[in-house]
Amino acid sequence: MDDLNTVIGLQKSLRNGQVSSKEITQDYLKRIRSRDKQINSFINLNHEVSIGQAEIADKMIAKGKATALTGIPIAHKDIFCTKHLPTTCGSKMLENFIAPYDATVISKLENAGAVLLGKTNMDEFAMGSSNETSYFGPVHNPWNPSCVPGGSSGGSAAAVAANLAPCATGTDTGGSIRQPASFCGLTGLKPTYGTVSRYGMIAYASSLDQAGPICHNAEDAGILYSFMLGFDPKDSTSIASEKYFFALENNKNASKFENLTIGLPKIGFQTSELDTALSEIQRVLEGLGHKFVEIELPNIEASIPSYYVIASAEASTNLSRYDGVRFGYRCEAPKNLQDLYVRTRSEGFGEEVKRRILTGTYALSVGYFDQYYLKAQKVRRLIARDFQTAFADVDLILTPTTPSTAFELEALVDNPIEMYQQDIFTVPVNLAGLPAISIPCGFRNEMPIGAQFIADAFNEDLLISVSREFQKVTDFHNRIPSSSR
Amino acid sequence: MTGMKIDLNHISALSLLSLDPASYEKIEKDLSEILLLVDKMNTIDTQHVEPMTHPHDGFQRLRDDVVLEEVDLHETQKSAPKTDQGYYLVPKVIE
Amino acid sequence: MSWQSVIGLEIHVQLLTASKIFSAADNTYGGAPNSKACPIDLGLPGVLPVLNESAVKMAIKFGLAIGAKINQESIFDRKNYFYPDLPKGYQISQFEKPIVGEGKVTIDSDSGEKTSIRITRAHLEEDAGKSTHDMFENETAIDLNRTGTPLLEIVSEPDLRSAKDAATYFRTIQELVKYLKICDGDLSRGSMRCDANVSIRKSDATEFGERTEIKNINSFRFVEQAINSEIQRQIEVLEAGGRIERETRLFDEVKNETRSMRSKEASQDYRYFPDPDLLPLRISDELITEIKAKLPELPDQKKERFIKDMKLDEYNAGLLCKDIDLASFFEAVVKQCGEPKMAANWLITELLAKINREEISVEYSPISPSMLGEVIKKIKDDTLSSKTAKTLFESLWNEPGDPNERIKSLGLEQIDDSSALEEVVNKVIKKNSDQVEQLKNGKTKVLGYLVGQIMKETSGKANPKKVNELIRTILEL
Repeated sequence: MDDLNTVIGLQKSLRNGQVSSKEITQDYLKRIRSRDKQINSFINLNHEVSIGQAEIADKMIAKGKATALTGIPIAHKDIFCTKHLPTTCGSKMLENFIAPYDATVISKLENAGAVLLGKTNMDEFAMGSSNETSYFGPVHNPWNPSCVPGGSSGGSAAAVAANLAPCATGTDTGGSIRQPASFCGLTGLKPTYGTVSRYGMIAYASSLDQAGPICHNAEDAGILYSFMLGFDPKDSTSIASEKYFFALENNKNASKFENLTIGLPKIGFQTSELDTALSEIQRVLEGLGHKFVEIELPNIEASIPSYYVIASAEASTNLSRYDGVRFGYRCEAPKNLQDLYVRTRSEGFGEEVKRRILTGTYALSVGYFDQYYLKAQKVRRLIARDFQTAFADVDLILTPTTPSTAFELEALVDNPIEMYQQDIFTVPVNLAGLPAISIPCGFRNEMPIGAQFIADAFNEDLLISVSREFQKVTDFHNRIPSSSR
Repeated sequence: MTGMKIDLNHISALSLLSLDPASYEKIEKDLSEILLLVDKMNTIDTQHVEPMTHPHDGFQRLRDDVVLEEVDLHETQKSAPKTDQGYYLVPKVIE
Repeated sequence: MSWQSVIGLEIHVQLLTASKIFSAADNTYGGAPNSKACPIDLGLPGVLPVLNESAVKMAIKFGLAIGAKINQESIFDRKNYFYPDLPKGYQISQFEKPIVGEGKVTIDSDSGEKTSIRITRAHLEEDAGKSTHDMFENETAIDLNRTGTPLLEIVSEPDLRSAKDAATYFRTIQELVKYLKICDGDLSRGSMRCDANVSIRKSDATEFGERTEIKNINSFRFVEQAINSEIQRQIEVLEAGGRIERETRLFDEVKNETRSMRSKEASQDYRYFPDPDLLPLRISDELITEIKAKLPELPDQKKERFIKDMKLDEYNAGLLCKDIDLASFFEAVVKQCGEPKMAANWLITELLAKINREEISVEYSPISPSMLGEVIKKIKDDTLSSKTAKTLFESLWNEPGDPNERIKSLGLEQIDDSSALEEVVNKVIKKNSDQVEQLKNGKTKVLGYLVGQIMKETSGKANPKKVNELIRTILEL
């Protein structure tokens, strides 16, 4: 892989004075302009402002005041509010919405000196697994443009895979970082719930959403994560305790990462193409000194229904604020208040969003609350307990990230149930609030296959470390789609 | 409760969504299928299990009672569809 | 067989915090439209709520003052409905697990008895904004300044048995929250509002009748009027053989009747569920103890103390304790002059009359406690008579100042000097020989007349006691 594609590589070149941030940024912008028409990964570009940011970064580097991210261009999923660029959330509802404030994640990365290239395409309001529900058109997988890149952070993943950004941010509610990372041959980390602030991150499902990095490799992901995490007083669900300590450089407890016991859960959905890839990764890890055991996650199959009820319920109310009164889309010439609300919402939201609002409203409604919402919450606790039981015996859990490689565009658009089943490996992790990472572990028909590691809460360092180890002795993560060269 | 028919009219009224009559049937079908999927949860015994709203134990932090937000009306209203003298405007509500 | 009315009140109290309940925006009243509505209050995409410590403490204070259990773990829920002054499309409130549990207050019922009114619960929630329908021709104007103001919703059991009692209960709560300094109790600003649940039943019935809810009553007078008109309406319906519908009604003060709100309310499904953006609220034993220790003396306790320690009668003590500012004023006057009974009299007959007439509250009285205390001291030491004291009071009310200087500048000192007084006494005796004769013949009443004459001569400044003595001495009575 061209050194100029990764954060680590760019960092080196910047520090050596081989190239300036301004030059790097201009290169990316040029590539975006020429290639993104085929991929559609960006919704809005930051043009001159990014050049300005790059120039400031160059000055900081010259002064010796650079951080690990200074001067590095980054693409942000269009779900993070930015003050000077629209934040659309992939929706007509917010097509021209300009927030009066920056999300905490945006501020943190800007303060670290990262250069904001633009906002990336995504499934509308983060609801989807293929980036086909965006108002701004579907995103195409750089490995095969007739395939989906995954969702909902499809734009971010496609941009990085297509070499239109060295790294990107995404959000993950049921797999929306890990699945696109898997489909695009990238490394995507969904951190422990509460370690990255949700302030300014447009809410889909509040108790499940987490922001995280999508990068070419684990080292880059670790760097990006270290700048994203941290207690935020503006987010009540942000964790303030010293319970977690994320250290990439200072592996004080190096033995923590050796001779790991890795659990393999028995989950249905295994297909032959994945079995091969998984056996490969198993072989490599055993070679590195780790061992494997079978584990049970007895309630795991109930995680899809539990997830859909909880996520839809929370989303149905999180989206009540979109009413055409204070911001966002408003229908033409509303006749009365009812008309304003109903037409604004019906015209502003896409089909999948409406479907989930209806499901969520139903699950919370009188007569159905106990059977759906309350039941889903109880199942959630059982799933969380299953993981706790497992982690008493293992350090990590390994699963495929997705049941298949990237499917074709429109293949599942009319089949929401089958689309939902895509998330079987990723969703349980969000329910339990645990961290998980997806890394490329093979190819089938030239399409990337992703493997997922799950760790107990606050063990991101373990995830990064084992992924890094694997990536030292393999080079799946270094392969680039031919269109990106 | 398999084969439960959702009262789509009622639910869409509660959500303030109007459904295109052409897609009404499809949405009904989709929702019934989702409910079938969801009914799978009923096979699990959750009799003595506490519901889980948040993935981690923790209690609400309290904020010091200090005024910190300075409101810049120009900023907060820059994406507002219709305002007048600082008010947000909606079609007249008759009570 | 007569009808009994059964009433419960839900009172919303705006808390006097500096910032809003879930955002750090300014919580003071007023301001240009939407100038105090920050992104969190506006429910913009991506914002999150963080709970105000002061609001929690005030709720606990109230709970302790009504002898209620403080629920050490309570939950915030989303109450879902659409209205333009409710930006998020849901209100953050508390449904199944409120912060304050069961408590009670005592009211002076119109039956003459002291009645205990049970409070079911009190919980915290956020206020909505304001819609104004008559500002623009075709539009409703929305001001979200009030959005996010902390509310304490106090729910009573249906223990009230008359509209008058309901008004008394409303007033009792107002006094209490003002005492606790958690609310300014200003109904005209909407600091307190109430909804009334009203039903009737036959006096010998054991079950409750169907109830209706009258929403958004914002004055004491209207509480009574609205409830009475609803009771009347319900009686008429039932006596005509009809049924009461459970519904929400609004009071029309012009027509003096309640009318049904569009029955949309009935199909309202709020879909309460725990707000995932907020964690459960845990209240420690330490916090409860800390707040309990700092509770101010409550009205009933204060009244007892005034009766016992200051020997005031029940009525006066009650009157002074109704308003914490009045009670404080009173105690400051007593501190200055040491005469509780006189202080009580002056406050009730003179000061209260003035502040009521001018419709100001006692804290805006131009006469300060130390001024009034000084006046009373001067009566006590015979510098002033009751008449001249009243003159001084009037003068100070219109132009506040130092009482002692004012006495001098108005020449109000009682004439005490025997020789000066003697002169006047002799003068009056000479002028009123008939009355003097009558007096010498035993008609003691005439003494008063003579004293009066002397007071007139001296423009009320003579020391009446001394005058009395002098007359007796001079006339050798």
